[in-house]
Amino acid sequence: MFTLYKTWHPIASPFDPCKPILEKTYSTPPNIYMGFQPPNLPQFSPQEALRAGTLWKPFYDPYFNPFEKAKGGIPR
Amino acid sequence: MWIYEKKLQYPVRVSTCNPTLAKYLVEQYGGADGELSAALRYLNQRYSIPDKVIGLLTDIGTEEFAHLEMIATMIYKLTKDATPEMMKAAGLGDHYAIHDNALYYENSSGVPWTASYIQAKGDPIADLYEDIAAEEKARATYQWIINLSDDPDLNDGLRFLREREIIHSQRFREAVEILKDEQGKKIFF
Repeated sequence: MFTLYKTWHPIASPFDPCKPILEKTYSTPPNIYMGFQPPNLPQFSPQEALRAGTLWKPFYDPYFNPFEKAKGGIPR
Repeated sequence: MWIYEKKLQYPVRVSTCNPTLAKYLVEQYGGADGELSAALRYLNQRYSIPDKVIGLLTDIGTEEFAHLEMIATMIYKLTKDATPEMMKAAGLGDHYAIHDNALYYENSSGVPWTASYIQAKGDPIADLYEDIAAEEKARATYQWIINLSDDPDLNDGLRFLREREIIHSQRFREAVEILKDEQGKKIFF
């Protein structure tokens, strides 16, 4: 399945001084897959686009603080 | 020539009095991958780049100044009413000693902005690859600041700016494709 966030699992030693984080996540935003933008991609309405930061739905990739309660934003 | 529109590109709201966030946001103001570096980098490189992509550098460089203005507004709102005590508690005591509550082009560690943050190699591919890298680094910086911030209104603005970094990176990647000059050509072997 295609996702915009990937995970990996660093090696954790029983002797690590801090509580190990077993899974780390990193962002792989849509622009790195797209190449030259193909024609006729789906668009946001002008009002939505002004809030989203892009006209093009496939490029919309909001980032949330994992500890922050989501507020606003445009639902996928 | 530029035309100035006296409004922000995206509304800036700050809901909590937290000058420490200003200290982190300064990274996007006068840091190596900040908006000032971005604007000056693109607007300078555009003179010696093939004319097919000059307009792109002009547009994106101009937008970076709109982002710089948003970041400045965020920092200003977070520090304008901070007392010397509050500045000290936020780790901005040394900033206060030099600048009072004024903004300054420095990174979050207080190192002044320097032109060595940006490059103009004169080689179009090298310059555009630097621009792509700069956008991805700025995107990552926004992620880390969002992680440090618990202000949902501020994060809303930062999320918008991060999305713009994604779009800018996309357009620079397309500029590389244009200069590669193989776009749409059939390749025969």
